[in-house]
Amino acid sequence: MHQLLDPILVAVLLLNFVALGASQLRTVIHAVALQGVLLGTTIVVAHNTVTVWVIIMAGATIALKGVVIPRMLFHAIREVVIRREVEPIIGFIASLLLGGVGTALAVLFAKTLPIAHEHMGSLVVPAALSTVLTGFLILTTRVKAISQVVGYLVLENGVFIFGLLLVEAMPFLVEIGVLLDLFVAIFVMGIIVYQISQEFSTVSTRKLSALKE
Amino acid sequence: MAWLLILIPLLAAAAAALMPSDRWRPWLVPLGGLAHFVLVGCALAGTPVFAFNGWLSLDPLGKLVLAFISVLFLLCALYAPGYLALRADRPNRIFCACLLAMLAMMTLVTLSHHLGLMWVAMEATTLTTAPLLFFNHNPRSLEATWKYLLISSVGIALALLGSFFLAYSSLHEGLESTLLFDDLVKLAPQLSRPWLHAAFVLLLVGYGTKMGLAPMHTWKPDAYGEAPGLVGALLAGGVTSCAFLAILRFFQICVAAHEAAFAREILIFVGLLSMTVAAVFMVRQRDFKRMLAYSSVEHMGILVLGIGVGGVATFGALLHLLTNGLTEGVLFLSAGNIHRAYGSKLTDDVRGAIRRLPVSGALFLGGFLAITGSPPGGPFISEFTILNGIIGEGKFVVAGLFLLLLAVVFVGMGATVLRVVQGTPSDQAAATGYHDRPQVVIPILVFMGLVLMLGLYIPTPLESLLREAAKFLEGGQ
Repeated sequence: MHQLLDPILVAVLLLNFVALGASQLRTVIHAVALQGVLLGTTIVVAHNTVTVWVIIMAGATIALKGVVIPRMLFHAIREVVIRREVEPIIGFIASLLLGGVGTALAVLFAKTLPIAHEHMGSLVVPAALSTVLTGFLILTTRVKAISQVVGYLVLENGVFIFGLLLVEAMPFLVEIGVLLDLFVAIFVMGIIVYQISQEFSTVSTRKLSALKE
Repeated sequence: MAWLLILIPLLAAAAAALMPSDRWRPWLVPLGGLAHFVLVGCALAGTPVFAFNGWLSLDPLGKLVLAFISVLFLLCALYAPGYLALRADRPNRIFCACLLAMLAMMTLVTLSHHLGLMWVAMEATTLTTAPLLFFNHNPRSLEATWKYLLISSVGIALALLGSFFLAYSSLHEGLESTLLFDDLVKLAPQLSRPWLHAAFVLLLVGYGTKMGLAPMHTWKPDAYGEAPGLVGALLAGGVTSCAFLAILRFFQICVAAHEAAFAREILIFVGLLSMTVAAVFMVRQRDFKRMLAYSSVEHMGILVLGIGVGGVATFGALLHLLTNGLTEGVLFLSAGNIHRAYGSKLTDDVRGAIRRLPVSGALFLGGFLAITGSPPGGPFISEFTILNGIIGEGKFVVAGLFLLLLAVVFVGMGATVLRVVQGTPSDQAAATGYHDRPQVVIPILVFMGLVLMLGLYIPTPLESLLREAAKFLEGGQ
């Protein structure tokens, strides 16, 4: 593992807190886009030998996570006249606190898992787990459909970080798996968000409450 | 052969997408289903199915699920043209193409011996079913589709993380890192335990979401409630069986790693939890399609409970996969007919279904009796076998809870079903002009016939297939 990896992962972790605490939807999307760009660079950093293929994968990740998907989300916000605030179910302070607790738990849990000695001392496992938890937190505590897509993105980023441990061993599976999942899921969700906005002229899932017990 | 099984439905899907006529297109669905059925027959008769260096191959467990999916799909496909003729107001291009693509992806799941490929196929089933749920294009179906997509995607993402954990468990021990199922079973005793445990939990949560196990079942009532009956039957019988197969694959790796006790405890707990949640929500349920969704949650719980108990119950659970899937076919399709006739799926509006629709109403009642384990339906035999297994393993508390929950479900579901079938239909209900037609009734009759047959007699080839699959699962080889 390269020594540059850990500082990047620290930045990714900090961006988790930005995504949890920011009140403007635009800020949250920017934070997640930046996270995507950082993750794209980690692909290059995690490989011992940089080939053309690695550069292509990193480029594709950055393009998708850093440009295409954020633009789609911004487009969705612009199309629909919605309030640009985040509308959390629980307050921002509580979100941040829960995020902090989640990160601490992730670090503790990661300590119980044995790590191969070439990965010793790296932040990959705790960073992956805490990013997955952050994604969960955003998914469950936000009202707007777009915020939920963002939560899913953060969760995906967590899975992606864990994939860094395997890029050397099974590069094809990790890269194709993560990108396919992300691209297709977000693409379909984009269509649905658009439909929701057409149907309800809002992207808040609060309107999506006809179906319940 | 392996390629053909997947390509034929995909080609049929492409043909459906290109076909210009809304009237004739639906017939491509049973045609594709029939071709698939014939191919599966050849595969079961002994044509070797193997491709791509062992990435695709057909083991006894895969055979069982594949054969079941093929029968289920064929019967649902025969119902499709009649149903779509009644829904001539809606374009059906995407619907028909997605149905056939879904068949191809379910086949791919049963054939995959590479866990990464299996994951891709599961993801693809989610995506092909989303447009099917959105068939009605109204706000309610939009809401159901949104929840289905979001929750399933999260589940699938966790399953990917679990697959990574599993790959890391071999890498950590300095072994060649692999996700080929056959290699993992061979290497299993040497895998790193903590990673294997964490992987199993994540995979159970991930694929359990697709299967609809509590507490990850929340998309199910919405999706099944809003989907056309035909799609409900395919989801409740087909997609859930695929997800169950995925969980069984990881269970098998745990068995091979001598960690079966750990996996069994979790499966029993999740199984009982699903049954409990389903029982609670089924009591006083006013929407009969949502009721069917909770019934499906209950039966998914029974399936994993049976596997968790092991011994005779493994055989019972595999048989229950078939009997439950076929009975769900009866229930969802007849409920779809009733929904169409009354224009409502609430018990406040729907009364006297047996008078208004003598055949569909009677089949709905018969399906209810079968699914709650009344003899001589198929589920009676499979549930009894599972109970037998639980007692045989000396788990008396589990047996008591199992019986209690089955009783609660019987009473809760019975109250709703009887409200639907009994009484006199209102004038408003007669106004829709819908009546039972052969095209939308005969497939349900065939489903019901199969359910009764499995209750009275299990054909020898099927029984030997079930035994082989159970042995394959328990032996880890």
